[in-house]
Amino acid sequence: MANIISDETIEYVGILAKLELSAAEKEEAKKDMGRMLDYIDQLNELDTTGVEPMSHVFPVSNVFREDVVTNGDERDATLANAPEKKDGAFKVPKTVE
Amino acid sequence: MSILDLTAVALGKKIKAGEVTVVEATKAALTQMKTLEPTLNCYVTIDEAGALKRAEEVQKQIDDGTLSGPLAGVPVAIKDNLCTEGLLTTCSSRILYNFKPTYTAEAVKNLEAAGAVILGKTNMDEFAMGSTTETSAYGETKNPWNPEHVPGGSSGGSCAAVAANECFYALGSDTGGSIRQPSSFCGVTGIKPTYGTVSRYGLIAYGSSLDQIGPVAKDVTDCATILETIASYDKKDSTSVDRQDCDFTSALVDDVKGMRIGIPKDYFGAGLNAEVKEAILAAAKVLEEKGAIVEEFDLSLVEYAIPAYYVIASAEASSNLSRFDGVKYGYRTKAYDGLHSMYKKSRSEGFGPEVKRRIMLGSFVLSSGYYDAYYLKALRTKALIKQAFDKAFKNYDVILGPAAPTTAPKLGESLRDPLQMYLGDIYTISVNLAGLPGMTVPCGRDAKGLPIGLQLIGDCFQEKKIIRAGYAYECSRTYEAPMLAKQAADAVRITGAAHITGAEEEGRSDE
Amino acid sequence: MSKQYETVIGLEVHVELATKTKIFCGCSTEFGSAPNTHTCPVCTGMPGSLPVLNKQVVEYAMAVGLATNCGINQYCKFDRKNYFYPDNPQNYQISQLYLPICHDGWVEIETAAGKKKVGIHEIHMEEDAGKLIHDEWEDCSLVDYNRSGVPLIEIVSEPDMRSADEVIAYLEKLRLIIQYLGASDCKLQEGSMRADVNLSVREVGAPEFGTRTEMKNLNSFKAIARAIEGERTRQIELLEDGRTVTQETRRWDDNKESSHAMRSKEDAQDYRYFPDPDLVPVRISDEWMERVREQQPELRTEKLARYEAEYGLPQYDAGILTGSKHLADVFEQTVALCGRPKEVSNWLMTEAMRLLKEEEQEPEDMKFAPAHLAALIGLVDTGVINRTVARTVFEAVFKEDVDPERYVEEKGLRVVNDEGALKQVIEELLAANPQSVADFQAGKEKAMGFIVGQTMRAMKGKADPAAVNAMVRELMSR
Repeated sequence: MANIISDETIEYVGILAKLELSAAEKEEAKKDMGRMLDYIDQLNELDTTGVEPMSHVFPVSNVFREDVVTNGDERDATLANAPEKKDGAFKVPKTVE
Repeated sequence: MSILDLTAVALGKKIKAGEVTVVEATKAALTQMKTLEPTLNCYVTIDEAGALKRAEEVQKQIDDGTLSGPLAGVPVAIKDNLCTEGLLTTCSSRILYNFKPTYTAEAVKNLEAAGAVILGKTNMDEFAMGSTTETSAYGETKNPWNPEHVPGGSSGGSCAAVAANECFYALGSDTGGSIRQPSSFCGVTGIKPTYGTVSRYGLIAYGSSLDQIGPVAKDVTDCATILETIASYDKKDSTSVDRQDCDFTSALVDDVKGMRIGIPKDYFGAGLNAEVKEAILAAAKVLEEKGAIVEEFDLSLVEYAIPAYYVIASAEASSNLSRFDGVKYGYRTKAYDGLHSMYKKSRSEGFGPEVKRRIMLGSFVLSSGYYDAYYLKALRTKALIKQAFDKAFKNYDVILGPAAPTTAPKLGESLRDPLQMYLGDIYTISVNLAGLPGMTVPCGRDAKGLPIGLQLIGDCFQEKKIIRAGYAYECSRTYEAPMLAKQAADAVRITGAAHITGAEEEGRSDE
Repeated sequence: MSKQYETVIGLEVHVELATKTKIFCGCSTEFGSAPNTHTCPVCTGMPGSLPVLNKQVVEYAMAVGLATNCGINQYCKFDRKNYFYPDNPQNYQISQLYLPICHDGWVEIETAAGKKKVGIHEIHMEEDAGKLIHDEWEDCSLVDYNRSGVPLIEIVSEPDMRSADEVIAYLEKLRLIIQYLGASDCKLQEGSMRADVNLSVREVGAPEFGTRTEMKNLNSFKAIARAIEGERTRQIELLEDGRTVTQETRRWDDNKESSHAMRSKEDAQDYRYFPDPDLVPVRISDEWMERVREQQPELRTEKLARYEAEYGLPQYDAGILTGSKHLADVFEQTVALCGRPKEVSNWLMTEAMRLLKEEEQEPEDMKFAPAHLAALIGLVDTGVINRTVARTVFEAVFKEDVDPERYVEEKGLRVVNDEGALKQVIEELLAANPQSVADFQAGKEKAMGFIVGQTMRAMKGKADPAAVNAMVRELMSR
């Protein structure tokens, strides 16, 4: 295996992705990711010099809205699925120390 | 013959003619579900009460002439990653626990406007990540042709429900083959349209640049009719394309004389099952005999589509799925210590292993220091793949090949080795990368009796060519339904309208 | 301190654009409504929702770029900036990293140290976050997404500033330009203009920049000045102690006049930017750019010149009046109504400025209707009230936007033109002050001023000063 994923990398990616893995899951993830990256490294066989990265398949541009208010008070719909709410707002754990 | 054997368009005609009522058709499908769901598990949520109520309303509108389209009154199943207002939408994930959208996806709205009756929401691989419908948090769906086998995925619930006559047609979504591969495994027809043809508004995103919604049905006529109904230019979707050529049913012509069909040699190498190969080449022969010009060619770059796809789709998914955090909707863990603990525990408990795997990979390839090497490299590869198709379509109207290298594997076989499972998407993935339309049409069965699907790929906006080829091929054979579906349907006919009990209104959850 | 240090400052200025709707959905941007009443699936990150770009945002961003001498990227794109925080409903912010709309501009600032150019590295468009309200009773936070998706431009300067004075001058310059364009009201207190300060110190003459910190939560020019001083001192002390500055984001607490690092293990600062697949690129044609340039309203320099030429105002006065877009607007609207530019200028330059200072307000906070100032000027012109009374009336106009005509009637402030009454008052005063009369007749003009003042007081200020003057002189000279 060419790509060895370290504990630190898995830990770091866990912070980025907000995922908490058990010790066993971490070992599994290290193995899976290393193997996937080895596989993905095949792309390096391809010479892509001078090729523009293609985000969109079609060269569509300038899709706009006009600056006109179309939405009314949708508070009830916005909060309808909230796991916890209070005073018309979403309730979350305290965000400051 | 049972109502359930009818195609969507045939049922629509009978309803219009007054031979079948919308309620009868709806009850027939619901009864079929009662019989088969314990075995197959095609649905996450069955909206029995809603469907029956809607059936009566639609019937009235048909009677008074308000609704007159070909799909008016025809009951449909919707993949569970399409938002339906007030109706549980889970993406087969625990993280969307008890989520009831406050709006309906544009494609579903288009169906509703055409008089569709929504039966329920179909099972899928969690967030459409998988090729077997085994990664669902609500249990795997089984293949109606043999319940020991998977239906394919990720739209496995939709394809199995169509094959099992648990609906008359269904909507699926296709990011890397998620309509075409399970259609192949379940012996039904499915289309992945050109990117931008069907609005993605209300489709819960997996890989935004690759996702497209498409129809799953018993035949090409149904698929063309459904696609014509759901295709629309939607100002709410910036990637929606304003097309003036969505009269897809006009291509339902049994004539392929002079049509140039290319068979990519790259699709017929090692890894392709011999029985599948034989069936595909036989189908090509049929088209050739009908006057098409069939030849082999080198498409090239086929092996690079999968690695490029997994970089792009995982990267987009890692970002798309970050909104599931326990704040606004869905699952929130019970015990946590502060904000980040709430995030991590909710997400870790809410997502299954395959989703986590792709989120981790996607976060990694976008992280500082790897973006160029992985993400940009994949986007450059995508550009080259698109160029290869552009070149091919200079010479051919349609590209013909298999939809999958094998028929449906047994349950549990694929998940043991994720990478091996990813390789099964080799013939479908490049179509998504290049934004092309692709269609699967059944073309026989293997020795075990499992269906084989023929894939037809067109150039961008050339759905009509693949519909024409698919229709011409289909005219040479008859639709086969799995024995299980037929037996259940026969039982319905014999016992009359089966007793319908209270629906599971809240749908399912593992709570 | 033995060594000489130089402070190097760059600014990231966020400005909320004055659009009616949010950047990616049709929700109103109205300020101060009940929580979550201006929200929809798009700006709350509901599954399946998709963004569509507000064209006006592009026009405003382009206008600001053109007015700050920027180049315009005629092909620009949106990227996702990924980080988790509850005010960010999708847990990514749609912003621009790789191809921002404007780049490489500058503005000229003037301080006591002279004129200089401050470079603008880039201007990009992005969406604002929601608001977190900290609930003290329940030890939790509440999330309001009304601000989520309000369009912002972020103006990133080069590290060209060297003092708090330069920073304030730069911010005032930006504010003026943007207000003149009508692209934002730029209110620091309400958060429609926010500045993050990137600051480092180095020994004078050192070729390289020092390690910088980023300071957030600066809500007024004063806070910015204090934070710059505080952070400069903190960094120099670290260096003098032989320690190093850590590159970090710090939060300024203006009450404590100190800052603290916003560090957290969970905050990796790795934003994994990538092009947003849900949005298509923006292509800006030469024609579009020209149209925006042509529609650009008169900016300050042009206005200043016009005030001197057209209204004959002194350069100093024209400078003050054009120093705030709102002040200039009030001036022009009042002049349009009463046709007395010098008179209007006088009221704004003296009385309005005095009251603003007293009330610790900015010209933007003036709320009165230009029609009321015009009416006041009319009352003075026609002699209905005298200047002394007029100052009282102006104060009422300024503070409560009263209708001067009605106010004068209600309070009985009209000039008294009763000659008999006036004569009687003066004669009584002269009788009571024979010394003043004697002094006046001996040639002491000052003595007359005393009697005039006493007369005005006795008339409760309502007499016409010219008439009082004339009659006092006449009666004292007898």
